[in-house]
Amino acid sequence: MSLDFFKFEDRIIPMDDWIQSFVDWLVLNYRDQFQMLKWPVDITLNGFDGLLNWLHPLVVILLFCVLAWRVSSWRLSLFSGLTLLLIGMLGLWEETMTTLAMVLCSVVFCGLVGIPLGIVSGRSDGFERFLRPFLDAMQTTPAFVYLVPVVMLFSIGTVAGVLATIVFAMPPIIRLTSLGIRQVQPELVEAAVAFGATPWQVLRRVQLPLARTTILAGLNQTIMMSLSMVVIAALIGAGGLGLPVFQGLNTLDIGLAAIGGVAIVLMAMVLDRITQAMGDTDVPNN
Amino acid sequence: MSDHTEPQDKIVVQDLYKIFGNQPKKALALLGQGEEKDAIFEKTGMTVGVQGASFTVKEGEIFVVMGLSGSGKSTLVRMLNRLIEATSGRVLLDGEDVTTMDDDALRRMRRSKMSMVFQSFALMPHLTVVENVALGLEFEGIAKEERINRSLEALEQVGLSAWGESYPSELSGGMQQRVGLARSLAVNPDVLLMDEAFSALDPLIRTEMQDELLRLQEEHKRTVVFISHDLDEAMRIGDRIAIMEGGRVIQVGTPEEILQNPENEYVRAFFRGVDPTQILTAGDIVRNTQVTLIRHPAHGPRAALSRLVNQDRDYGYVLDARKRFVGVVSTDSLKEVIDLPKDERDITDAFLEGAESVNASESMQEILPLITANPWPVPVVNDESRYLGVVSRNMFLKSLQRPDISPSDATDGR
Repeated sequence: MSLDFFKFEDRIIPMDDWIQSFVDWLVLNYRDQFQMLKWPVDITLNGFDGLLNWLHPLVVILLFCVLAWRVSSWRLSLFSGLTLLLIGMLGLWEETMTTLAMVLCSVVFCGLVGIPLGIVSGRSDGFERFLRPFLDAMQTTPAFVYLVPVVMLFSIGTVAGVLATIVFAMPPIIRLTSLGIRQVQPELVEAAVAFGATPWQVLRRVQLPLARTTILAGLNQTIMMSLSMVVIAALIGAGGLGLPVFQGLNTLDIGLAAIGGVAIVLMAMVLDRITQAMGDTDVPNN
Repeated sequence: MSDHTEPQDKIVVQDLYKIFGNQPKKALALLGQGEEKDAIFEKTGMTVGVQGASFTVKEGEIFVVMGLSGSGKSTLVRMLNRLIEATSGRVLLDGEDVTTMDDDALRRMRRSKMSMVFQSFALMPHLTVVENVALGLEFEGIAKEERINRSLEALEQVGLSAWGESYPSELSGGMQQRVGLARSLAVNPDVLLMDEAFSALDPLIRTEMQDELLRLQEEHKRTVVFISHDLDEAMRIGDRIAIMEGGRVIQVGTPEEILQNPENEYVRAFFRGVDPTQILTAGDIVRNTQVTLIRHPAHGPRAALSRLVNQDRDYGYVLDARKRFVGVVSTDSLKEVIDLPKDERDITDAFLEGAESVNASESMQEILPLITANPWPVPVVNDESRYLGVVSRNMFLKSLQRPDISPSDATDGR
């Protein structure tokens, strides 16, 4: 073998071809199965979207105010109300509700899948080691890389966008659930076992309550990451606040893009504050 | 400790081993060949936690397992309720083998027969005090109302009934451990395992908690296995003590037995700082060497005097017909009585003033004032006031100077 080999002028491993044919094969043989995956997401998303857009905006604003007041203070309540008011006055109410529905939907599925995975990973070192490379890949693979296969398997639209969002936003809830379980003092688990707790009782009465704050921090991260995906999801035909940004970029309409961006930021601030406050309202903790 | 019927064996530990590592069998084999713990660790990387522990805990006693940190005592106690699985050997609770119980039986045992108090308290920070106390009952599946009632009772026993709705973080360390104690009492266990339960508390609170434990034992005798590294604590509360070193149980016995007859240099070193006057009782050092005189109308002061003179003694101890102690006479006091007219002579007139007896269970510390106050040896009686013998100054001093301690050792410390 000559030294010229190391100039790497030719492609030795045709990985691109492999992946291309793998995805082609998936699409050809399993498209129907993948379409079925869409179904629960579709229903949930439409439910949220329909509800939020059906409700009178004033009701939604009031709901946010009450929620913020319950988990925190009148300050946060006022801030949330004014922010939503501002978004409405920017003329982006409907898009915001769609985005909110997408975020809620992805958070529901991230929670349903992520929290159990996190629990298992928190209790098993082997499972955590197995999961880690997948989580790394999910968090770091640029979204553009998997948008094309997502489109090929799930076609375009808001549901496909939410599916991409779920993949992207799931790692934090898994990681932080696992961390939360691991952070519970081993003496407390030992004490529970010494008093005859079953593994399920240990989980329900000791580990989960004590991991709650950390799990909620994971939920907060998942929400933030879901929001950050909405613009990218707009590339594959998802609606919501990503759409004005995407359209504004395409037509060089800076103003349109900017108000879309502002609405996303405002929404992010409201959701962030509220979910963080949920984690803080806690019983005295040592 | 009572002299009624012999108490039942509650926990029997037979040849218990714990090896930490991936090939415990290999380490066991090496131990069998007589290899030492350190050598095994160097060769195989495995740690011998407990080796060949065998002992019996009797029903209703406080059994203290004592040793320095790393001696394996915490591992040992955790093998009793199987928080740590033994590598080999057996643990019998009421004759039932704990080491072979299935998960269900094990949980039943932990929920109702054997509960534990932890050094770190291990209270759930997210639960109120009463919820913490109710934890064992909750795991057992007892209805809410009943478990709250029983928990409040348990809190009452440790004097914390007013704190049920507080959170553990609002309580002081001593109070938190009372909650820990209440939690283990709430399930009404036969056996209490206490793992360095009072070690994290400051000395004053620690003594208070020891008294609390002794008081609870008075009310309801439970079998207590108490882990401690504190000799004073072990001496104070232990009916019997097991001393551990390097994973081995070296000696088991009452505090007095171990103090007077240490098995080896390690045990002896442990006890070097101990004040024997707090451990040894009058009964431990009593000797029946003195002349006793039975009070009887026929035996007057003159007969008594002649007996003392014949035996070359200065003091005589007068007992009644049932051998109960009544008084002390001296040759001088007898002579005074003999000089009186014959019909007024009575031996009771010769009794020395201030000649009190002490109970055999009183510590040397407690009898010291009497020893120093009077020139005569102090008479010792049992609970029925029967005369057992005397403690003389000589005997008292001799028992302070234990044979195993050379004069150079005796000068340091106290």
